[in-house]
Amino acid sequence: MIAFLFRRLVVSALLVVFVSLISFSLVFASGNPAARLAGEGSAADAARLSQQHGFGDPILVQYGRWLTGVVRGDFGDSLYFSRPVAELLGQHFPATAKLGLAAMLFALLLAIPLGVLAGLKKGSLADRATMMLSACAQAMPPFCLAFLLIIVFSVRNQWLPASGFDTWKHYVMPVVALGLFAMPAMLRLMKSEMETVLTTDYIRTARAMGLGGASVVLKYALRNALRPLVSLAAAQMGTLLAGSVVIETVFAINGAGLLAWTSILRGDFPTMQALILIFALIYIALTLLADLINGWLDPRVRAAT
Amino acid sequence: MQLTRTVKLVSAALLALGAHAAQANKADNSLNIAFDAAPATLDAYKESDRPGLALARMVFSGLLQKNQDTGEFGPAIATGYKFVDDTTIELPIRRDVKFHDGSVLTIDDVLYTLNLVSSEGFKARFQNQVAWIAKAEKVGDDTVRITMKTPYPLALEMLSENLPIYPRKYYEANQSDMGAKPIGTGPYRLAESQPGSRYVYERFDDYFGNKPAVKKLVVRVLPDANTQYAELLSGGLDWIWRVPPDVAKRMEKTPSVTVKSSSIMRISYISLNPRADDGKSPLAKQEVRQAINYAIDREAIRKALVGGASKVINAACNPAQFGCAADVQTYKFDPARAKQLLAEAGYPNGITLDLVISAPPRSILDAAAAQMAQAGIKLNLVEQQYGTAMTNWREGKIALLSSNWGSYGIADAALSTSNFFRGGPDDQARNPEVIKYLEAADTSVDRELRAKNYAAAQKIVAEQAYWVPLWNHSLNAVQAKDLNFSVDGDEFPRFYKATWN
Repeated sequence: MIAFLFRRLVVSALLVVFVSLISFSLVFASGNPAARLAGEGSAADAARLSQQHGFGDPILVQYGRWLTGVVRGDFGDSLYFSRPVAELLGQHFPATAKLGLAAMLFALLLAIPLGVLAGLKKGSLADRATMMLSACAQAMPPFCLAFLLIIVFSVRNQWLPASGFDTWKHYVMPVVALGLFAMPAMLRLMKSEMETVLTTDYIRTARAMGLGGASVVLKYALRNALRPLVSLAAAQMGTLLAGSVVIETVFAINGAGLLAWTSILRGDFPTMQALILIFALIYIALTLLADLINGWLDPRVRAAT
Repeated sequence: MQLTRTVKLVSAALLALGAHAAQANKADNSLNIAFDAAPATLDAYKESDRPGLALARMVFSGLLQKNQDTGEFGPAIATGYKFVDDTTIELPIRRDVKFHDGSVLTIDDVLYTLNLVSSEGFKARFQNQVAWIAKAEKVGDDTVRITMKTPYPLALEMLSENLPIYPRKYYEANQSDMGAKPIGTGPYRLAESQPGSRYVYERFDDYFGNKPAVKKLVVRVLPDANTQYAELLSGGLDWIWRVPPDVAKRMEKTPSVTVKSSSIMRISYISLNPRADDGKSPLAKQEVRQAINYAIDREAIRKALVGGASKVINAACNPAQFGCAADVQTYKFDPARAKQLLAEAGYPNGITLDLVISAPPRSILDAAAAQMAQAGIKLNLVEQQYGTAMTNWREGKIALLSSNWGSYGIADAALSTSNFFRGGPDDQARNPEVIKYLEAADTSVDRELRAKNYAAAQKIVAEQAYWVPLWNHSLNAVQAKDLNFSVDGDEFPRFYKATWN
């Protein structure tokens, strides 16, 4: 287990360095940010800002400077907000974490029971209806669904607020829009796992020994079918982080997604770089955690990797 | 492109469903406003974008106040002004001005602010706002004397709102606080804020000027336009701005809201680089540049795609600006004349050029490209982010650039014509004669002389066709029916002027 953990950690660390290098280079590939930063300012304003922020230095020098800071936990100052990026991240991540976790919970609450149902009643009306729901949710881009919800629940009926993130009412539409985005893959996996598990010898044996249907499903089949869902849920959590950029923009939720959108629009390089790094770190950490849980649950996984 | 279409469809759906009456907050006298971007800071000297600058102007006051209708400069923190000579101005300071923390403004605050923000180490975001000040000193008990480095015709413009006065004690203690918790002498004080998402302003009862009619401003940051429309139509907002013309047109039919279209200082243009491709580009020839001017039907595009209060412009400035000449060469849409000019220049089979778009909407340039094709000018449209496009233009890498310019909202050609043609980094024409005229105009306080020199420069620019002047912008705001308010020509919404019908 220790060797397995070590291998995983080394791979993750290399990935983090790789991602930081790529993100840094890509961000700088789009040109000198001083002109954008100068906003409505003249060329003289842009030239002064370029000098002030060292944008003229070679990219490797700038990367080195940035990396040294990051190691110390210093992501530099936001070019747009003129405040430490670390402070901005601290301010914006809680909303994204709340939104992501709530959306994941919502997605799992739909995916697990519906997946089990579809797996158990293969070919039935319930199975077809579930698969239809999954296909629709998959086909609908989150921002479209978000606007549809706003039209129905805010403009037409004024039941829910169209923006903000204060009361439970504010949570409903963003969580549904984001949760439905993550749900289909998990639902389908749940269904196929359920179908597979139900045909295994040990389930047949359990049934042959006279165990009741519900008991077999909940105690044995579901437990085994849930295992692959751990990995997928971790991956989907990363998808939710990406989706939060759109959802937070539409619902004006002041989270890390909206911060990412703002920094892209404003050419706020230090904030963008920090966000890409942190998003990547979270994604890698979640995948690592899922691998470890799977490794712990199933010795075959440890041996295979 | 696909996304834009979807967004348009969604806006159409939102508008079609917007039958509910907006519940404007006339009852509790609060005005609910949306901006599409979070202010970077509320410190007026460190901000470069309109939303932040507009909000800062609610909190701060300058020494003078410009009447936006007449263009005259009246009293504010100073009771008036007097030019001692071309480079010296004296302003007596009021004694009854209070900051939002209750402290009384003194002449020391004025001297401190002016000397600090004009110092090089301070790094004010817009240098033309402050760099003209050599020093500010006290004359007598209550009078400030400002000495300029050279005669600066925009001094009064800058002293009106562009140079807010800060409380010395507060600013000295911690400058960064001013960005989040500003203390000024303006008509509103910041009562609470969730930085980046919500700002609440309350009327400042000790304000020295006319008290605003609206008691409370609630400003929310809603980055998505469709969310703004939804909030406006469901009564959560009373005022939104920068609404695209097609959406504004549809909104006009919604009974619960009013569309206000204001003519503003911002102008659109296409810049032509005669030095492109090391002077080997067809743009090096005056005939080709003139042909491009003849090949665009500006009025047709303006009518179809810009609308509102916009008007076609002919010179490299906004006609509302001092020094913007009316009698320059104009180019009426004439594809046949354009073709003839191209042939005279040695391009009988037409030309192909790249045009960089740094400020959408692209639809305008699509229309222009289709018109120009009739005259044998084929355009490849290239969209670039504003920062990238401007950097490339300044490095001479772009042949044609389409963008817009707001002149900081200041009604003087020094901030338009001179920005583009006085030999600075934005000037790819670098015509020595034009530069000479503009230098003379920008460094004199003699209005007649200035007007004459700007006119001479603009005449050459038009004859040489270094630019395709397009139109001035129309700013569309959509607001609750019972709100009486409009954005001023300098593109600043002054919410203290708002009233309920």
